[in-house]
Amino acid sequence: MSSETLSGPILTSDGIPLKVSLRKAEKRNKIRAFLLVLPLLAFILITFIIPIGDMLARSVDDRYINTVFPKTFEIYKKWDKQDLPPEEVYETMFFEINAAKGFKIGKASTRMNYSKSGWKSLIKKSQRKFKKIKEGPYKEQMIAIDKRWGDPLYWKALGEMVDPTTMGYYLNSVDLKYDSNKEIIAQPENRRIYNHTWIKTFKVSLLVTLFTLMLGYPIAYLLATLPLKYSNLLMICVLLPFWTSLLVRTVAWMIILQQNGVFNNLMVIAGLIADENRWKLMYNETGTIIVMTQILLPFMVLPLYSVMKTISPSYMKAALNLGASPLHAFWKVYMPNSLPGVSAGGLLVFIIAIGYFITPELVGGKDGQMIGNWIAYHLKTTLNWGLCAALGSVLLFVMLVFYWVYNKIIGVENIKLG
Amino acid sequence: MSEKDSFVKFENVDKSYDGESLVVKGLNLDIPQGEFLTMLGPSGSGKTTTLMMLAGFETPTSGEIYLEGEPISSIPPYKRGIGMVFQNYALFPHMTVNENLAFPLEVRKLEKSEVEEKVHKALSMVELQDFGTRMPLQLSGGQQQRVALARALVFEPRLVLMDEPLGALDKKLREQMQYEIKHIHENIGITVVYVTHDQSEALTMSNRIAVFNDGKIQQISTPDVLYEKPDNSFVAQFIGENNQIKGTVKSMNGKNCVVKTENGDEIVSLKINVNSVGETSLLSLRPERVWVNVDEKNYENNFEAKVEELIYLGDHVRTRVKVCGNDQFIVKIPNSSDQSDLKEGAKVKLSWKADDTRALDFKA
Repeated sequence: MSSETLSGPILTSDGIPLKVSLRKAEKRNKIRAFLLVLPLLAFILITFIIPIGDMLARSVDDRYINTVFPKTFEIYKKWDKQDLPPEEVYETMFFEINAAKGFKIGKASTRMNYSKSGWKSLIKKSQRKFKKIKEGPYKEQMIAIDKRWGDPLYWKALGEMVDPTTMGYYLNSVDLKYDSNKEIIAQPENRRIYNHTWIKTFKVSLLVTLFTLMLGYPIAYLLATLPLKYSNLLMICVLLPFWTSLLVRTVAWMIILQQNGVFNNLMVIAGLIADENRWKLMYNETGTIIVMTQILLPFMVLPLYSVMKTISPSYMKAALNLGASPLHAFWKVYMPNSLPGVSAGGLLVFIIAIGYFITPELVGGKDGQMIGNWIAYHLKTTLNWGLCAALGSVLLFVMLVFYWVYNKIIGVENIKLG
Repeated sequence: MSEKDSFVKFENVDKSYDGESLVVKGLNLDIPQGEFLTMLGPSGSGKTTTLMMLAGFETPTSGEIYLEGEPISSIPPYKRGIGMVFQNYALFPHMTVNENLAFPLEVRKLEKSEVEEKVHKALSMVELQDFGTRMPLQLSGGQQQRVALARALVFEPRLVLMDEPLGALDKKLREQMQYEIKHIHENIGITVVYVTHDQSEALTMSNRIAVFNDGKIQQISTPDVLYEKPDNSFVAQFIGENNQIKGTVKSMNGKNCVVKTENGDEIVSLKINVNSVGETSLLSLRPERVWVNVDEKNYENNFEAKVEELIYLGDHVRTRVKVCGNDQFIVKIPNSSDQSDLKEGAKVKLSWKADDTRALDFKA
């Protein structure tokens, strides 16, 4: 047993235990440190943590429809899903549709339309015609107004909305859906759009990462090894794109890449391609890759540069001196030491690329759209925020998986930004 | 000159980086096989550039370097077979000590068993057998230094170059490593070219020292000759402690000359680097060759001096005196009981021999 436990805790000269004294002395510093980071903490909380939490919640949230049809859903749950629902389901539905006004029923019917298209128009039509119905029983009268009320498929589609949460948005984001019995099935062939887009998003991001690495590595090497007066100039060239608006750069690329653009004109003038065979470099995947590579290049060069700057030139000299040819010395000595920069740059470019939106939007055309564009489309045009949130969450989740795999293979501590 | 005497030969080598000034000027140097040659000089004197030209990382602007009689200017560094220890060791940080040592052997496509054997042998030589699996950054500075040394020797190069290899170590470790390097050199008999700006390091380790200044070799000789018989005032000043007295040559007589100082004292000295009467000369005199209050008969030079400052250094007392108009004159007085009554401000008589006084060039 140690002497400390025998004689009790160490005391300061005025008899207070040392640990208590120390804690008291440190407290001031801790409070000051906390106050210093507080503004940033609050900022991150409000602009980052809360929105992400909100996004995750929205992607499964199905409470709204439950507030419009609370009683209907209550009784609906007791239905055995055979044939048509009983009269009381029709009755409560009738009253709750009548009770819900304007905006409220519109939003609810949009939600219902996600699980079975046709619901929206059915509700709209019914709202008008329900005035004719004075008293029950309602079932036959409603079916008489519109025969869709007599279609079990419509009623079964309600089954996926009765819970306050739904996986429907997530299923939709990977081209799956619930069938009428709430079994998960693939979307019909003509409605599959996302899986194809996901694959393209990863493909484009990987290619862009690869191309920025191939183009950026030699530049970073030059930057790190040239004498200061040249490397400064080169550094300005690398950073110059940062000083130009992203939009301006993208539009400049449109001028260069279009079929009657600068690049094709030059190629025709040089006689390298025939006038009628001008290359399609824009409004397709090629355009997206070319422009994204250029725009994301600095994000690859800078981490590479800062790591390469720390590699002592004497390593290469030593390798040469020990008898390795320049290529061998580079491959065995320089390259392994630059890997932390490669992984940092690669991860950075990949993360930015995977959620990219403006460039594919402007130069991607139909073929070059990425998942970000679908998110924007649903956010602004269809207002299906649940699906936006699900797509965004999948993106976040995929990134976390990548990060985890990366950490397993290379180790996050090996990322170096200098 | 025989092949053995010029294992390495620099012939009229010039080096310029900017085309305006020469870093190395008309260098001629022969290094015999098995020699430990040190290039000593202040920073910017051209010593490191000379070493880099030999290693192949710089090319001579004109002139040629020969290794074993063959011109090597057009041979790239990786084909020269010259080992090198770098200033900051340049151990590959992503490889273990074993991998670092195996690198030059694997490049030469040696058998695996042979590689292991040689790596082990080299590590034993620097007494680091048990450290083979460590990463370089897990080693102390001195251990890294030894690994760098072992790596430079493991592939049995014809010649090994060392570029201020001990510069980053603390004083005690540095001295210990000096002896170790010296012993390794003696044991395996390899030719070593060593660059340093530390004169005591050079004196300790070398067979010969080339003193560089201003892109030129000022003097090349064994340590004792450089210390005892410097050819010019730069060497006298750079190596060891040195009293300098400025004066004008009054007369010359055989191997001696008389130099008159500014306050009229006449000092008899050896005529080394002065050519004519009336020339300005800088006299060089080692502090340990000056005697206090001794019999005047045995010495050509005897002057009254005033003690200005006493610094007690244990084994000797460093005494600053004013003599011949120079108040920065240092005398080392051995610590013995009869000298202990020396006081600041006291008048003493200083004596020294003409043979210890060297009349050298004066550069304004």
